[in-house]
Amino acid sequence: MTYLELFLGFLRVGCFAFGGAYGALPLIRDIVLSYGWLTEEQLSAMIAVSESTPGPIMVNLATFVGSQEAGLPGALLATFAVVLPSFLIILLLTAVLKNALKNRYVQALLRGMKPSVIGIVLAMGVWMILKNVFLSLSAPTADWRALVITALSLFLMFGAEPLFRKKPSPIALICTAAICGAILYGI
Amino acid sequence: MIYFELLLEFAKIGLFTFGGGYAMIAMIEHAVVEKKQWITHDDMMNITVIAESTPGPIAINCATFVGYRRGGLLGALLATLGMILPSFVIIYLISLYFDRFLTLVWFANAFKGIKLAVGVLILDAAVTMIKKMQKKPLPRLLMLGACCLMLCVNAFSLRLSSVAVMLLGGLVSLSVFLIQGSGAQKGGTK
Repeated sequence: MTYLELFLGFLRVGCFAFGGAYGALPLIRDIVLSYGWLTEEQLSAMIAVSESTPGPIMVNLATFVGSQEAGLPGALLATFAVVLPSFLIILLLTAVLKNALKNRYVQALLRGMKPSVIGIVLAMGVWMILKNVFLSLSAPTADWRALVITALSLFLMFGAEPLFRKKPSPIALICTAAICGAILYGI
Repeated sequence: MIYFELLLEFAKIGLFTFGGGYAMIAMIEHAVVEKKQWITHDDMMNITVIAESTPGPIAINCATFVGYRRGGLLGALLATLGMILPSFVIIYLISLYFDRFLTLVWFANAFKGIKLAVGVLILDAAVTMIKKMQKKPLPRLLMLGACCLMLCVNAFSLRLSSVAVMLLGGLVSLSVFLIQGSGAQKGGTK
């Protein structure tokens, strides 16, 4: 039952996705990999597409996965599922439970969940980078290109600020990496 | 017609804002506080805090809130729909042709490069969030603990979901709060 799985899978994303788009990525990764909807490669490609197109990243990813798995109905269902929990929760909080978030126990719970989400995102970033670099280096035909592009991206994001006065936008970084990839893997 | 305006305004935000999340908050604030004056700046601050404390896409949280304030349930529905509609159409169209494009060699190569940058983007998002985090021992400990735990989960292919790790962090914080609370109460009665 692809439809039911899509709905339940993205409902789970919508229910537990704290910390904005990047906070949701580890959870989305869990779900799409465990259902076998995407490979890690495809997921990276889709994160880049979602980042480079307008709109909320989480919604974009839901639409993309839904459409790939089950066409237009799948896209509609996955998008609906990812939005539904936050829609209902906000309605509930603004209309009925105006002070629920101020409750000190709720606050204590949130104070622990937020840093944990940050740690989870950090782990995902570190893991992806390590895996990309080591997998390509340990392959029988050791591949230096991944190392070069990763090092360049890291430099642009974390080391280039004094040089260019500001950090590149995500889209600028994605474009640079795309050009490097097309050239380096093309030769 | 407030309903139509809500749909249109949020569709515009959905169409012209890249990057999602926090980038969208600035755009929404500009549109609904400064231009349309649908809600006040204080409201906007409140909804940002609420959006950060509730699950789901932050832009959707904002759209639902503003829509409800201006037009009740129907307003909330239309604002949320407006927010989603543009990206839905764009992503759906891209998804139809994406696989065909990947058979082009240079396109596939470009995506090999992009894949490497995505890891760096995620790392950068984490670093930005760490910089904004409370500089206290417990949050830092939880952050590091969650990070190490998730790295182990990945390295050894353990079956532990990130949701469980997040909830565990919340429970640890709640327990510390309860223990400290009871300690303070005992101290107070002396």
